[in-house]
Amino acid sequence: MSVNDSLIVIVLAQAILYGTPLLYAALGELLAERSGVLNLGVQGMMLFGAAVGFWTTQRIDGSGPAALFLAVLVSALAGAALAAIHAFLVITLRANQIVSGLALTIFAGGLGLSAYLGTELGLADLPAVHQFSDLDVLGLGDLPVVGPILFDQSALVYASWILTLLVALYLGRTRWGLNVRAVGEAPASADAMGVNVTLYRYVHVMVGGAFAGVAGACYSLSITPGWTAGDTLVGGAGWIAIALVIFAFWRAELCLVGAYLFGALSALPFALQAREVDVTPEFLYALPYVMTIVVLVLVSTGLARRRLGAPAALGVPYVREER
Amino acid sequence: MKLERRLTQPWWLSVAVPIGSLVVAFAIIGVVLALTGHDTWETYRKIVEAGFTGSGAMSATLISATPILFTGLAAAAAFRMQLFNIGAEGQLYLGAVGASWIALQLGDRDATSTPLFVVAMCVAAAALGALWALIPGVLRAFARTNEIITSLMLNYVAGLLLTYLIFDSSSYWRDTSTLQARAFPQGKPMPEASNWPTFGASVVVPLGFLLGILAALALWVLYSRMRFGFEVGVIADSPRAARYAGMRTRRKILAVMAISGAIAGIGGASQIGDFTHTLDGSPTGLQAAAFGYTGIVVAALARYNPFAVCLVAVLIGGLLNAGYTLQGPDFPSGLVGVMQGIILFCALGGELLLRYRLRITRVRAGTPIGEGAT
Repeated sequence: MSVNDSLIVIVLAQAILYGTPLLYAALGELLAERSGVLNLGVQGMMLFGAAVGFWTTQRIDGSGPAALFLAVLVSALAGAALAAIHAFLVITLRANQIVSGLALTIFAGGLGLSAYLGTELGLADLPAVHQFSDLDVLGLGDLPVVGPILFDQSALVYASWILTLLVALYLGRTRWGLNVRAVGEAPASADAMGVNVTLYRYVHVMVGGAFAGVAGACYSLSITPGWTAGDTLVGGAGWIAIALVIFAFWRAELCLVGAYLFGALSALPFALQAREVDVTPEFLYALPYVMTIVVLVLVSTGLARRRLGAPAALGVPYVREER
Repeated sequence: MKLERRLTQPWWLSVAVPIGSLVVAFAIIGVVLALTGHDTWETYRKIVEAGFTGSGAMSATLISATPILFTGLAAAAAFRMQLFNIGAEGQLYLGAVGASWIALQLGDRDATSTPLFVVAMCVAAAALGALWALIPGVLRAFARTNEIITSLMLNYVAGLLLTYLIFDSSSYWRDTSTLQARAFPQGKPMPEASNWPTFGASVVVPLGFLLGILAALALWVLYSRMRFGFEVGVIADSPRAARYAGMRTRRKILAVMAISGAIAGIGGASQIGDFTHTLDGSPTGLQAAAFGYTGIVVAALARYNPFAVCLVAVLIGGLLNAGYTLQGPDFPSGLVGVMQGIILFCALGGELLLRYRLRITRVRAGTPIGEGAT
């Protein structure tokens, strides 16, 4: 048995697979929150993105890569469209961000629009036509240990690495990124500087939604190709992604670390079951959720006592007349 | 067009705005239905018939309304203090676990002991629901951990616990008496006397629904007629002012979370006593109904007013019931969730009109700014 078949390497490789949707969704939520808007609709946007992406691959004749690219694009647009509803409610109509985000999840989630679309289009009965396959990058996939983990993943994984870098550079090194942070920290000052607070918030909430849509497509086109009704396809990933942003102190590069940590926890049950290790499955399935709570408590008691990173205006609508 | 903050709210506005929001919501849903190739009027007529006016419809609606009445009250109790307990779902499961445990413990008794069962089941369910809610409560009060995420994560844990109890263990709740029950996991049936009574003939009212109304009354007294509610209101509006006034915020967080969890827990007891009479651990049973999340819709639509929660629970209950009855090609399963979402969006948008006044002002073109001031 080669080292690449060992449990640890398999779990690590799977951690990246399962962590990728978390990473996309967390990066999207990060952008929205950095501009001062909390969006709890991630779960709904992911499920809708998953349904729409899967449907697109069914309707496109053509080569796999082109169909998949288009499907991811459609998923992104679907996520952005849903996020626009949230943006309109909380930015223009100044509604409560928490309730509006929950409403979005109920509207679009496993008992709402995604299920509606799933049954109307009969998605559950359709076999997957196209799915992301692992790219053996530079033929390095057979290298011991690092091969399967780093060089034998799908295009979605490599794209997420580029995206993380881009988001980190955008927020930290560009004028626009500086403006976003200003809008999230002190919208009144940003407004006085001549930054269009409303526009910035709309754009970042919608781009965040697009990322969540792509995160959904990771499930229906890569991890478990196909569509299943209800929440089962995505599990609680949307909520874990929101928690990830807090663990990551609102920093893109730390989102990556957290996403793979939780990816590993999600991958563990399947890897152990494949080995026929006798552990109660419910205990393993509960692990990511319990760990989310544990890490959140650690973060909120220890390091974040000084509120590292949380945008000061997060959750607060900006009204020019009332500043 | 300009928005001005209202200093006072005319009383009729808090009635007119929710009704207006509902009208707008149903107009939007109508357009969505028409666009997806359904006959709007026909669908609405069917919903009203299946949910309210048809024979036996109202009784069935009350069955759907009962759990969301409890989870709605649970959400309202917590949201009033800006404490976002999204965990009513899991707290309800735990309530069901507690209620079925005590009912099985009491065992077979004669029919006169039903009141004992009702009280014991409610107490056990409230205790377990409150304990489950106190996990995020304690974390929020002492570690300042975001209660939205923790209470939500615990929903998944509670769901897995239910599955574990019935499917993956030979727990106290699981029926292992017959060969068939061992092959197809299911919960033990509850003793006969633990079935809660119903009232009324033409419209059957389950005891749980009446208990829900009692709980609403108690909440109203607590929040609108007692010092407790006043302090909760102050903490919600201005945590800093509350602290300076010497109010004990931590204690309030714990108390409110416990109350919220207990109410959701009793909702779980009502599921066992009123309807299922066994602990249903399957992912398509109690877990698929999403009572906790629907409760948030109910609470938000009711603007966290306990009495309005009762009314809205019946309304949304009718919608859910119509959804079950009509499910089929003309009424796909996700439609009810879509409708709930749209109604909630409209209600949230309508809030703006409660807090602000729309004023239409005409700015004359070409007038230099400041000229009119002299």
